[in-house]
Amino acid sequence: MSDTTETRTRRIAAAGAPTHEATAGQTIGPFFAFGLKYDKMHEVVFPHTTGAIVLSGTIYDGAGAPIPDACIEIWGADSDGTISRARGARRRDDHTFTGFGRSFTTDEGGYDFWTRNPGAEAGKAPFFAAIVFARGLPNKLHTRIYLPDDEELLAADPLLASLDEAERRTLIATRTPDGDLVHDIHLQGEAETVFLTF
Amino acid sequence: MTDSQPTAAAPETLLASADMPSQRQINDEMAAIHADAEAREAAGAEVPRTLYDFAPYRSSILRHPTKNPRLVDPETIELFSPAFGQRDVAMIESDLTLQHTGEPQGERITVTGRVLDSWGRPLANQLVEIWQANAAGRYIHQRDQHPAPLDPNFTGAGRTITNDNGEYFFTTIKPGPYPWKNHINAWRPAHIHFSLFGSGFTQRIITQMYFPGDPLFALDPIYNTIRRQKDRDALISTYDHDLTVPEFSMGYRWDIVVDGPDATWFEPEGAH
Repeated sequence: MSDTTETRTRRIAAAGAPTHEATAGQTIGPFFAFGLKYDKMHEVVFPHTTGAIVLSGTIYDGAGAPIPDACIEIWGADSDGTISRARGARRRDDHTFTGFGRSFTTDEGGYDFWTRNPGAEAGKAPFFAAIVFARGLPNKLHTRIYLPDDEELLAADPLLASLDEAERRTLIATRTPDGDLVHDIHLQGEAETVFLTF
Repeated sequence: MTDSQPTAAAPETLLASADMPSQRQINDEMAAIHADAEAREAAGAEVPRTLYDFAPYRSSILRHPTKNPRLVDPETIELFSPAFGQRDVAMIESDLTLQHTGEPQGERITVTGRVLDSWGRPLANQLVEIWQANAAGRYIHQRDQHPAPLDPNFTGAGRTITNDNGEYFFTTIKPGPYPWKNHINAWRPAHIHFSLFGSGFTQRIITQMYFPGDPLFALDPIYNTIRRQKDRDALISTYDHDLTVPEFSMGYRWDIVVDGPDATWFEPEGAH
């Protein structure tokens, strides 16, 4: 499953130049909840089961105010680094690990997931891929939420190594004494989160 | 944290923007930003299709990042998308007119299209989620206070999975335009929100489908966060008389192309 820049470049070269212009993204708007909500959407794993942790945080705007009408999605490997190909990410059966979760922010801007610590390939720093949507945000924002535990792996990560210390901090979650993860996201402001394009 | 006390902001229909500018002022701002984006592009800068920094959409002022996104190589988890299948949705969920005991009010429509990658290849087994206002321009959301009638026979949320040809099919009601308080006399063009994934997580997209001939296009800051006319045009569905079902519904067609170099990525056989 490994994919280096070289193989990726070859893959793109083999496909040739794109023939179709991508559709442009738009804001999720204010009233997405009734369209996107589903049962247990933030329960990537069944709560309180072995290996389950809570990943939570707050999403803030440029004035430091929490954003109550945002949606965050995470997508992560299982603890051994396996990427789930199991169908059913939307209809939970409470035992299959599908890796995908969706959380709407509360009135206080908070999100939370029941999930597991993702693993990664040997030598790579594990992270959750995350996407943020919100009213007032004209298009999605990609980011990553890295696990804070292995300093050596974090130091070797190409993305993190390219950032200054303040930027780097915006991508690494904090581990609580209970083993949970806390990670705030700032769309703007002094602590603006580093967002990604591919 | 040094952040201020939590204060829940209400959505657009409740929250007037602080300055409540005129439509003319919004139009002037939009024209200036589009011209600036074009000039930057002509000078060789890479400008995104959707402008994040778009002040005419007043709610975006404090909610857009100020720095350019970092270009990174997608890593394993980003090269895949969550897997969905028929088990994730019920067949009936693609027909928004059957979710209640009675017939919803309004113009019944059939919406169909294909989900494609950047090489025009159809993407099968893709979850497509939609949500929309009713025929009177009212969302079923508790915070939508637009004084248009709620329709007891219409919720406005649907979902489906694309077939082997990457096609999706919905039966619904044509949504109405609705007012919001971005500026004086601000109205959104009729639209349906679309959410889908693609074969890699980098392709995840939420966007809006519009209807041909809407007089509100040039006036709407959200539609105009997309700066190029041809990209805006690509969000407008096409009326297709061949899709129109006799004695039943009007037909609209709309294809969606998901973005990204990873559109070339396909799972090796036996990777499951």
